[in-house]
Amino acid sequence: MNNNVILSVKNLTKSFGNVQVLKGIDLDVSKGEVIAIIGPSGCGKSTFLRCLNCMEDPTSGSIFFDDVDIADVKVDINVHRRHIGMIFQQFNLFNNKTVLENITLAPLYIKTKEERKKKLTNFFIRVTNLFKSKGSKKELLNVIPKKKIVAEETQKAMDLLKKVGLEDKANVYPSTLSGGQKQRIAIVRALAMDPQVMLFDEPTSALDPEMVGEVLDLMKNLADDGMTMVVVTHEMGFAREVASRVLFIDEGVIKEENAPKEFFGNPKNERLKEFLSKVL
Amino acid sequence: MSIEQWEVFFKTLSTPFYKEFVLRGLFITLKIAVLGFILGVFLGTILALIQVAYNKNVIVKILDKVCKAYVALFRGTPMVVQLLLAYYVLLPLMSIGNVNSETVGIIVFGMNSAAYVSEIMRGGINSVDSGQLEAGRALGLGYTITMIKIVIPQAFKNILPTLGNELITLVKETSVLSFIVVSDLYTSLKTLGKEIYNLKPPYIFMAVIYIIIVLIITLIIRAVEKALAKSDKKSGATAKIKAVKKV
Repeated sequence: MNNNVILSVKNLTKSFGNVQVLKGIDLDVSKGEVIAIIGPSGCGKSTFLRCLNCMEDPTSGSIFFDDVDIADVKVDINVHRRHIGMIFQQFNLFNNKTVLENITLAPLYIKTKEERKKKLTNFFIRVTNLFKSKGSKKELLNVIPKKKIVAEETQKAMDLLKKVGLEDKANVYPSTLSGGQKQRIAIVRALAMDPQVMLFDEPTSALDPEMVGEVLDLMKNLADDGMTMVVVTHEMGFAREVASRVLFIDEGVIKEENAPKEFFGNPKNERLKEFLSKVL
Repeated sequence: MSIEQWEVFFKTLSTPFYKEFVLRGLFITLKIAVLGFILGVFLGTILALIQVAYNKNVIVKILDKVCKAYVALFRGTPMVVQLLLAYYVLLPLMSIGNVNSETVGIIVFGMNSAAYVSEIMRGGINSVDSGQLEAGRALGLGYTITMIKIVIPQAFKNILPTLGNELITLVKETSVLSFIVVSDLYTSLKTLGKEIYNLKPPYIFMAVIYIIIVLIITLIIRAVEKALAKSDKKSGATAKIKAVKKV
């Protein structure tokens, strides 16, 4: 297996009741790749994307992320999801939190929890140290104070917000933002977790045409910075320009997969030809 | 009704004994209603959370059935019957002596209220967009922590007016506490009425007091609602800016 492969899907199937939506999909995503997934509605492309971080549990098959099969129920999925960012069509910013809180909530919670665990370990080390001779005492773990974590994460969030030009919105609630701003903040929220892969589920479908551009620009910048991305989209322009590979999913299988130039210029699959003639 | 009747009533009411008696009754009414309500919200939230649990394993499924039975039981019988059963049947059966009848009142009120609150809460949790939970989970937060930090606060905001209804109902229902010899507002004023051989003034007076209590509760709930609605309005943002600038 190529060492660069970060996400590897093997024979993935997904059924809802008796309806089989995904009928065996294989895909390898290498570091830095931008994969665009297109297809008619109801073809299973969103379901496929949601399977990649187990928001939908796959019916069968495996998904290797960092060489761990995250489709396995025994794996603690929360740990792996922290490295897989996900952007939703409906933004899904937390309505009861300000923009800054939206961004820092998860990293703060996860980091302070780790520190709490360390403190508990330290306590046990101290207790066991009581029974040890002076030379063999175990060293305590270094606990970062909560204040420092809060300051760091706030700084990081503000830096990211500055990057997307929304630092003045840090303390407002999401309900006051436009769709484009919400989506950019959703992207920042995912970035604050330092993800290795980012999944985009039709990120511009719920936006006004005017605002599509600002979100796509941000995604282009991300791609240029070398972020690995899997994007379900209806924006053919984006797929053609930014993607390194384009996938056409129909009837639950990948019907065609190629570099964008070849994919759009010389489609081979009949269904894809028909689809492209309608959307282009 | 003549003025004299009211004069007699207020004269008796202002005697130190009855003044204390009625004020105590008022205090007991409020105490049992509020403590019962708090217990009800706490228990009801747990009942609701079990019923909306996302991971339906065998234990959760059994608990789910237990919750449904609990709700059916407590909604299916009048509060008076529950009080009587608890005080005169269950307590002797469990041979626990010397239990304060007020405590029994609080527990029964809480358990009764929990059945209603659980249904309110369940509706509230379901009213929160499922995307909120998904977003939390996608960030790698667990189910429980996402519920606590994201979903329940939003659900709580949605159901606040209905929860207010529940508190108001509880305040008024305290009048049935006389069945287990608790001297609440109703009982104390009724006793006063018997003392002066005239029940008309006390009955009117207690109606007025109940209305005043309910109005005050309504005002409090409105204020809380307003405070919680800050995330819906632009004006709420300014208050927060000051707080964050210090960091």
